[in-house]
Amino acid sequence: MKLIFIFISASLINNFVLTYFLGICPFVGVSNKTENALNMGLATTFVMTLTAAVTWPIYTYILVRFNVPFLEYVAFIIAIAALVQLVEMYIRKSSPALYRALGIYLPLITTNCAVLGLALFMVLRDYNYIESIVFGFATGVGFTLAILMMSGIREELDFADIPKPFQGISITLILAGMMALAFMGFAGLIRG
Amino acid sequence: MADNGNNVSLWREFKKGLWQEIPPFRLVLGTCPTLAVTNSVKNGVAMGLATLFVLFWSNIIISAVRKTISPQVRIAAYVVIIALLVTIADMFLAAVFPAISKALGPYVPLIVVNCILLGRAEAFAQKNPVIPSIFDALGIGLGFTMSLATMGSIRELLGFGSILNFKILGNWFEPWIVMILPAGAFMVFGGLIALINYISSRKQGGENLV
Repeated sequence: MKLIFIFISASLINNFVLTYFLGICPFVGVSNKTENALNMGLATTFVMTLTAAVTWPIYTYILVRFNVPFLEYVAFIIAIAALVQLVEMYIRKSSPALYRALGIYLPLITTNCAVLGLALFMVLRDYNYIESIVFGFATGVGFTLAILMMSGIREELDFADIPKPFQGISITLILAGMMALAFMGFAGLIRG
Repeated sequence: MADNGNNVSLWREFKKGLWQEIPPFRLVLGTCPTLAVTNSVKNGVAMGLATLFVLFWSNIIISAVRKTISPQVRIAAYVVIIALLVTIADMFLAAVFPAISKALGPYVPLIVVNCILLGRAEAFAQKNPVIPSIFDALGIGLGFTMSLATMGSIRELLGFGSILNFKILGNWFEPWIVMILPAGAFMVFGGLIALINYISSRKQGGENLV
């Protein structure tokens, strides 16, 4: 039951993009076309799930055990960078088609603050291993949802007559604000 | 004469961060902290100064070792340098200003992935000597702090009717709760970007404004 709560909470109620402002760079940068947005979302979800699966043991069995939890930022960022690199190499070898679709997004994910944020939140909230993986996956789903919705809106906006100073990033952020308001409606889904 | 020219260019490195390349609004880097911690002026300034500290030292270290790091591993090396500096900043904040550290929460460690730091390392510190890198860091860092303070004052004024916990608007003022919520952050940020676009296109002659 707790797993379902974590899933709903991380993907809808506390959506990383719209309530914690993590992952804004790809959210603004890659949301101009639905197809790109979907690929970016999928690649991020994949990396986030793996990140949760890898950083949890690193934190619990290495950092805590040897009493050096203050190294968590360094350890996490190296783990994430190495992970992204490995995933990229693996996909390039195993499935060139998938690599063509996701390839250019993978390096960008290293600097996506949502991925590091995920690892930090996981530690702060004391999740166990299964909960962490669900949390990582749900966060990715939430990210995909947000970026996909934004890209849909932006494709429609191409035909709108926007005042010049508001074009581009400005209108995207204002739209994100409205989406954040809409997502607040989910807050009633879970008590506590 | 040469000395004079040198001073002018250092001043230019400093000044560009304050308006021409002011980080969150012009370069659209470092958006996460800009949105996340600006619900009050105090948090915004604290975040800005923490970033300034990390940027100052990372620019110095990276420009000092720029000739010894081989290009293939440079990004990884920069990230490790930045992560260590962020750890120092985080521990300092937690020890000296525990309340602020608590309010900023996980956003202090997230300075590691703040694109401003890696961006300045790539765009400036790895190509320039130490002294200009210091000025670059100070300019960009102060510009970032100013931006966060601006965002913070708008949101605090409209959301609580106060600035730095000092009541400015009287009891007649109905606080706009939305300004404290995430939605307000997005809207203020979007509005400020539009305002800056408007001002700079006015400066450049002002055609095609609407």
